[in-house]
Amino acid sequence: MKQCESIIIGGGPAGLRAAKALLESGARVCLIDRNASMGGQLIKQTHMFFGSEKQHASTRGISIQHKLLSDVMRYGSRIEILSETHVVGVYQDKVIACMKDDRFFKMRGEAIIIATGASEKHLPFENNDLPGVYAAGAVQTLMNEYGIKPGHKVLMVGSGNIGLIVSYQLMQAGVEVVALAEAASQISGYHVHASKIKRHGVDILTNTSIKRALGETEVTGAELWKLDESWQGIEGSEWTIDLDTICISVGLAPLSELFQQVGANVEYVRELGGNVPVIDNTYQTTIDGVYACGDAIGIEEASSAMVEGEMTGIYAAHAMAKAHPNESTRLKALEEELAFLRSGPHAEKIRVGYKKRGEVS
Amino acid sequence: MRIKAHPILSFEAQKAVPFTYDGQTLYGLKGDTIASALHANGIKKLSESIHRKRPRGFYCAIGNCASCNMVVDGQPNVRTCITPLKEHMDIRSQQGKGQVK
Ligand SMILES: Cc1cc2nc3c(=O)[nH]c(=O)nc-3n(C[C@H](O)[C@H](O)[C@H](O)COP(=O)(O)OP(=O)(O)OC[C@H]3O[C@@H](n4cnc5c(N)ncnc54)[C@H](O)[C@@H]3O)c2cc1C
Repeated sequence: MKQCESIIIGGGPAGLRAAKALLESGARVCLIDRNASMGGQLIKQTHMFFGSEKQHASTRGISIQHKLLSDVMRYGSRIEILSETHVVGVYQDKVIACMKDDRFFKMRGEAIIIATGASEKHLPFENNDLPGVYAAGAVQTLMNEYGIKPGHKVLMVGSGNIGLIVSYQLMQAGVEVVALAEAASQISGYHVHASKIKRHGVDILTNTSIKRALGETEVTGAELWKLDESWQGIEGSEWTIDLDTICISVGLAPLSELFQQVGANVEYVRELGGNVPVIDNTYQTTIDGVYACGDAIGIEEASSAMVEGEMTGIYAAHAMAKAHPNESTRLKALEEELAFLRSGPHAEKIRVGYKKRGEVS
Repeated sequence: MRIKAHPILSFEAQKAVPFTYDGQTLYGLKGDTIASALHANGIKKLSESIHRKRPRGFYCAIGNCASCNMVVDGQPNVRTCITPLKEHMDIRSQQGKGQVK
């Protein structure tokens, strides 16, 4: 069986920054991702980032990805990257099981960091399984990574930042956004993003949701309806729109399968997006030597994923008796950075989530 | 369905990659996944649901939801949204759960 000093599962912003911290501490790193390229969600993000300057705000996601990757590639033979490799199992003796090109193999590490990110949620409505109903991030991948339009006319469901940003990017790709439906009475994302698409003539319909998708083999339209204050559909308020694509942007859920599979304690915290692992203040799960960071421990942003990733790398290195050169000053700065990122009005949910988690565990 | 002009991204001309879809020859581009190449050819239905045989396309595009599973070179349950397209791949819609040989 292959031996590695540290194994990182997931090459998104959290995993890449954890890798950098471990490399700076002198450790060897094996970074694994099921995708062909490293970068996680950043690969498709053509917009300027919000967040903090220190975590590359006002830089496009794709540029941040290049920076994070070159930061770790500098370490030459101490970093090994396994792409198109799906981790299918993690065991308590710090062995992981992988699938690559239809081949199954195992590896053992002294520390394992799980930074698997999140997956987009779906919404229950009639015909929600028809081809043409896609997650908003999936459409973003199709357009910005592969250069393909999802269709000609799109309905976006959900006005969080992802829904707003992807609507704008659809227009940049030359696709018509016929409407954006939001169940709440207010737009939930940042107003800068909302204003941008409103200026381009997109109707943002509040108190509105999709009742069903129309079509036999593919989406050909959508039936919308108005919702009352308790988010119940109002009979008789329905109307239909002809379109070929419906994008769902109703939030993300942490990918917690590997935590459950290894037997780490996992709890449901609604504000953090779903099932999240219980972690201590060094980002270690309840399994010795198995750590977690990024969206996998609570849905936030790339900026916080990077900060958490670096802290996790430093703590994991410390546990392997490989101290980071600036361990205490770096940890203190990162702690402050995280508190700053979680201080704004938009981070209220995150604060409640972390408080809850503190009480439960 | 390919994006021609874009204010931020540039998509360089790529080599055409031939493959077959249910026996019919189609072309994708180098850099495509199987699902993106099919989508560019206007094919959105990739599989059928196991019991009620309802049409299914991709949903998550990160290899997680299993909605895009197809039979590729005889191998069932290939996650076509994250599997790179290769020349002369034999891609087929999948019926049922697929069989491990
Ligand atoms: C449309 C959109 C816009 C956004 N805009 C912003 C923004 O402006 N500013 C901001 O700060 N944040 C933004 N975010 C959020 C940000 O992208 C995420 O919070 C961030 O990417 C999370 O990082 P991560 O490393 O935890 O996970 P991810 O980036 O999701 O990376 C996880 C990686 O793990 C891999 N993986 C998962 N499971 C396995 C497995 N079993 N085996 C192997 N590999 C696996 C995946 O392939 C993936 O590459 C946006 C997100 C979206 C979708």
